[in-house]
Amino acid sequence: MRFRRPEPRPDAVTDPARGIELRGVSHRYGDRPVLADVDLHLTEARIGVVGANGSGKSTLARLLNGLVVPTAGQVLVDGLDTRTSVREVRRRVGFVFQDPDAQIVHPTVAEDAAYGLENQGVPAAERAERVAEVLARYGLAGHADHPAHLLSGGQKQLLAIAGVLVMRPARVVFDEPTTLLDLVNARRVARVIHELEQQVVVVTHQLDLLDGFDRVLVVDGGRIVEDAAPRPAVAAYRALMERR
Amino acid sequence: MTLALYVPRRSLVHRIPAGGKLLALAALAVLLFAVPALPVTGAALLAVLAVGLGAARLPAATLARQARTVRWWLAGLFVFHALFSDLPTAALTVLRLLALVLAAAVVTATTRVTEMVAVIERLCAPLRVVGVRPARIGLVVSMALRFIPVLAERAERIREAQAARGGSARGLRGVRTTVTPLLVQLLQMAHTISEALDARGADDVPPARGRRSPAAA
Repeated sequence: MRFRRPEPRPDAVTDPARGIELRGVSHRYGDRPVLADVDLHLTEARIGVVGANGSGKSTLARLLNGLVVPTAGQVLVDGLDTRTSVREVRRRVGFVFQDPDAQIVHPTVAEDAAYGLENQGVPAAERAERVAEVLARYGLAGHADHPAHLLSGGQKQLLAIAGVLVMRPARVVFDEPTTLLDLVNARRVARVIHELEQQVVVVTHQLDLLDGFDRVLVVDGGRIVEDAAPRPAVAAYRALMERR
Repeated sequence: MTLALYVPRRSLVHRIPAGGKLLALAALAVLLFAVPALPVTGAALLAVLAVGLGAARLPAATLARQARTVRWWLAGLFVFHALFSDLPTAALTVLRLLALVLAAAVVTATTRVTEMVAVIERLCAPLRVVGVRPARIGLVVSMALRFIPVLAERAERIREAQAARGGSARGLRGVRTTVTPLLVQLLQMAHTISEALDARGADDVPPARGRRSPAAA
């Protein structure tokens, strides 16, 4: 797939001193280690993460906006530690989940899109303006007052994305955003992701989503086993899976 | 299954604040019980229909759907009163209940959930003195309305999956084989929802270490 990529936002993406940095990060759930000694500096505009189920890639994604804090090491977003500055980190890093049904928390489309802005204390008039703008951008303007649970799967995922983007984060992390979608809706969501001006980190099993990305990480057994451009990284991932 | 009662229209009834509509609904209930007269109840029912179908321009199907949901209750009440009281009492009881159900339907069909929730939050505001956060109560109400259809859909999927393998959702075994996987799904979903709330700034409390389910790694 080839999509038009917008000009990156200079303040958020291209300054190599900023970005997301993982320093000696390890994480475990109880006795089970899921990530070990990960060191990364993520400054590219488009970053993909691939790996088998249970490899630790979703935990890696959740570390990037403080949904999970590491049991060892540090995660820094623009120099802010996710352990001590979680609110500020989450304003900078949006997160889109695999299942939009678990992310949409209000009964109607417009109400849900406004939720993050309410939490940020954005005044009602500006909230309404920004919600209308984001719903129009993703083809949901005609559904503003409709119940969210009656949307199609693709529309729900677009609403979930709209609910994050309306908060204007500098970076967005997607955790398997197209896994539950059919081909047409997966392509729509892929196009939306490719056209974002924000820095994007996408965890995915859909390898063609990574075409045109700047960097792809392969996670296996809680470690980054490949960190390269999409073509060599995907080839390494395929080889890894074929050895199993 | 749908709990989606709001019907977007540009009408005077839609523009009336939610608090005002709820007060009017309460006043109507008081009136109908304080004045148990058939002409008053009949007039109230006609007024509700005029407001709903005329002023608010709601589709007749919206009100008919609400009436259908209570039709067996109404029939049961009518028969009960016809047998043990008299016909006028039976008619009065049924018309009164129908008027109130339709009036409530008009209120919900012309009021956004956020406006309702705002009223609930205002009513709960005094509880701040004992440490309750009204916004949280509002969020709970809103989320309940949002997730009831989702839960119904998940339960239906489980029932279908069992039917596809020759199982039955009937009987005690059916309840057990539906409820157990549903509970597991709900717990997993609840965890993701809490993460989604965190990710969208609902909570300023830092996350606990390693609280995520290992299965989700």
